[in-house]
Amino acid sequence: MEKVIVIFFSVVLINNFILSRFLGLCPFLGVSKESKAALSMGIAVTFVMTMASLVTWFFFHFFLVPYQLEFLQTIVFILVIATFVQFVEMVIAKTSPLLQEALGIYLPLITTNCAVLGVSLLNVKEGYNLLETLVNGFGGGVGFTMAILIMASIRERLELCDVPQCMRGFPIAFVITSMMAFAFFGFQGFFSK
Amino acid sequence: MKNQMATRFRFGDEIFKGISRENPTFRLVLGMCPSLAISTSVINALGMGVAATFVLLGSNIMVSLIRNFTPAKVRIPVFIIIISTFVTIADLSLEAFTPDLHKALGIFIPLIVVNCIILARAEAFASREPVFYSIADALGMGAGFTLALTLIASIREALGNGTVLGYPVFGAHFDPAVIMILAPGAFLTIGLLIGLMNHLGRKP
Repeated sequence: MEKVIVIFFSVVLINNFILSRFLGLCPFLGVSKESKAALSMGIAVTFVMTMASLVTWFFFHFFLVPYQLEFLQTIVFILVIATFVQFVEMVIAKTSPLLQEALGIYLPLITTNCAVLGVSLLNVKEGYNLLETLVNGFGGGVGFTMAILIMASIRERLELCDVPQCMRGFPIAFVITSMMAFAFFGFQGFFSK
Repeated sequence: MKNQMATRFRFGDEIFKGISRENPTFRLVLGMCPSLAISTSVINALGMGVAATFVLLGSNIMVSLIRNFTPAKVRIPVFIIIISTFVTIADLSLEAFTPDLHKALGIFIPLIVVNCIILARAEAFASREPVFYSIADALGMGAGFTLALTLIASIREALGNGTVLGYPVFGAHFDPAVIMILAPGAFLTIGLLIGLMNHLGRKP
């Protein structure tokens, strides 16, 4: 149980997917202009990351390992994730129009989010069991949501600032992310004994 | 004769485009994750650049060859299968021939599959143009990506470790700023570089 808690907090704070692993930067930079959209994106990513971790774990342990096909994991994982996202989209459209409106166009975009494929590959690489895999996927999503929300709040304030012409848009966003990554360094060594 | 000249001119132009005015990293801001994660040293950057160029070349050729009989509705899954096949080839070859580099690049080799540059080129270029120009496009984009990675990595390795490709570049009294090869240094370097490119590329 202790290990699960350590995994959760380290993936949220220390090995944050965006600020220290550099995964999922495209949506982080693309959808962080206002905090409402950022929150929707964060929730969608958290949901897909958790479920994709679960699905790819089953595929890996019940399909690839018994037939010794581990070398096909990249192809199988990306297909599973793409199919899964499509499936989730259809289910949500049928059952909950409210949720569909909240997630909007962000769901299909998530297929090409490297954080989703990244978390699946990391789970296999670290040899996590089912519970640890779920916690890692969920924690990764929570960390992503936190980072994108902080970023969106800063960028909303930035609208009123006089940023030099050539630094507007992406460059200043990267510099802010750098400062955030710096701040999160404070959590380093939190769990080392 | 004139036609041949035009062909050759366009081939060169497609290559040059990827390096300068449509540079994937600095101009289009695509494929950011690997550019930041593996630019800690020049050798990693070169390895990543070559692997991505190989995948880009392979997938552009295949996509271009089958462009006339791929149904439009299923084209994205088809592209993804083609790309992930080439990524698997690159992954296994790197593991066999350069185990150290394979270990340093880690999960970022399989993650070439979701690198936006490759899918973007398949969709925007190779699925519409003949094989010949698709090769030029892949080479240009690959070279542009590799050059950008190498530039970022040189700055980070020089400031953060005092070396470039393992050779010391500053005197013995240089005290390296380790933060440059850690996460914040990556974001800072790329932000300032894109800002600089914007400044230089601005119309007077």
